[in-house]
Amino acid sequence: MLLMIGTRKGLWLARSDDDRTTWQFDGPHFLMQEIPAAAIDPRGGRTRLLVGARSEHWGPSVFHSDDLGASWHEPEGGAVRFPPEADAAVAAIWQLRPDAAERPGVVWAGTEPSALWRSDDGGEKFSLVEGLWEHPHRKSWEPGGGGQAIHTVLPHPNDDARVLVAMSTGGVYTTADGGRSWDPSNQGIKAYFLPDPWPEYGQCVHKVARDPSDPERLFAQNHHGVYRSDDGGSTWSSIADGLPSDFGFAMVAHPARGATAWVAPLVADGERIPPDGALKVWRTDDAGDSWASVSAGLPESGFYASVLRDAFTVDDVADSAGLYLGSRDGSVYVSADEGGNWAEIARHLPDVLCVRAATVA
Amino acid sequence: MRTRGHGRVNVTVRLPAALRELARGEKAIEVELDDGPATVATVLDALAARLPAVERRIRDETGLLRRHVNVFVGDTNVRDGAGLAEPLLDGAEIQVIPAVSGG
Repeated sequence: MLLMIGTRKGLWLARSDDDRTTWQFDGPHFLMQEIPAAAIDPRGGRTRLLVGARSEHWGPSVFHSDDLGASWHEPEGGAVRFPPEADAAVAAIWQLRPDAAERPGVVWAGTEPSALWRSDDGGEKFSLVEGLWEHPHRKSWEPGGGGQAIHTVLPHPNDDARVLVAMSTGGVYTTADGGRSWDPSNQGIKAYFLPDPWPEYGQCVHKVARDPSDPERLFAQNHHGVYRSDDGGSTWSSIADGLPSDFGFAMVAHPARGATAWVAPLVADGERIPPDGALKVWRTDDAGDSWASVSAGLPESGFYASVLRDAFTVDDVADSAGLYLGSRDGSVYVSADEGGNWAEIARHLPDVLCVRAATVA
Repeated sequence: MRTRGHGRVNVTVRLPAALRELARGEKAIEVELDDGPATVATVLDALAARLPAVERRIRDETGLLRRHVNVFVGDTNVRDGAGLAEPLLDGAEIQVIPAVSGG
């Protein structure tokens, strides 16, 4: 198992050869660069690692490695750059998302400012999806606390014309024609911070995850609000009952089993720490109708660090999925049994911004 | 005789350690401009053709100097002068220096 840990000051790679019990660390890679996005892409007969890195001085780029991090590369002309007519500059890469197994060259990127990008060469060179960039709503998308960015990209597993993105703020948008046209898809998601709390768009959706058994079912963690959609995002309904708080950033769905998802709640917008100073993960096995804490082994007191939207992830082990959670105090926790038991595998790293894990040869 | 702004102009661009690997290990790049105005911008245009990975770390894709990158012509930070339009004399030396920033 390979775990990528992207932090505010570099990338660490951790590897386990004993069913996720002990880990060997390698890093930092990209020292002093922020790593808000990472991906492990096992398609096309090789394992490719992708990172979105941002130097405070030298700007952002996407790097790839086909030797598990021994060497990193970017195209001579840069990986993600706006065309001159856009009159914009990429500030950061917030998301890297390999597409379905049947589309091995396709990798998506979400950036700040809010733009969607598509690569057809495995994540080396990306092109702007102009249909979304030209959307008339774009001028009224407002930056959230971390910046104005697309942080979620969910290609449809069975239909290459359909993609869902989410941004803060702006909310969820979907395309059904390969990216030429986009519609807001936020009906039922509350934007309590706007005069009209039920707008067509403008919501602050923090993360969306797709159910593996039913691609029309989606789970969303909102800036206050936890939701489910059963119709591909057309409508959403609250599934926050049973959680200690409806605030948080991450939303993780099981890699294979339907109706199973995890969240890591924080108290509130104005109180972005775990409830009661205890780091807890909550799990649903019935698509959000009920939730239970699955937190054995996580800190039970004195824990005041938050978990960011991409700092919680799941691996690809279908029958006993591993969960990986990093926090802004540089801790990383792993559960090899879907949350039943947790163990700390790292502490005192820089702020953890993203984690990704997958089985590698 | 030193010429200002036009004609053949040779400029040295000194790079910080962080960018040298992208410049094949070179600490300094010699840039020769044959005609047209000689400015920091035209030197960076020439650099973009030779070492695009270096140039795009100095300027973003809109052509603006990155916020935490300083470019000096002699002792003058171009932000205190004409910016990227700062004219250059033959033999000028440009230094690219990362700002003291971050946490």
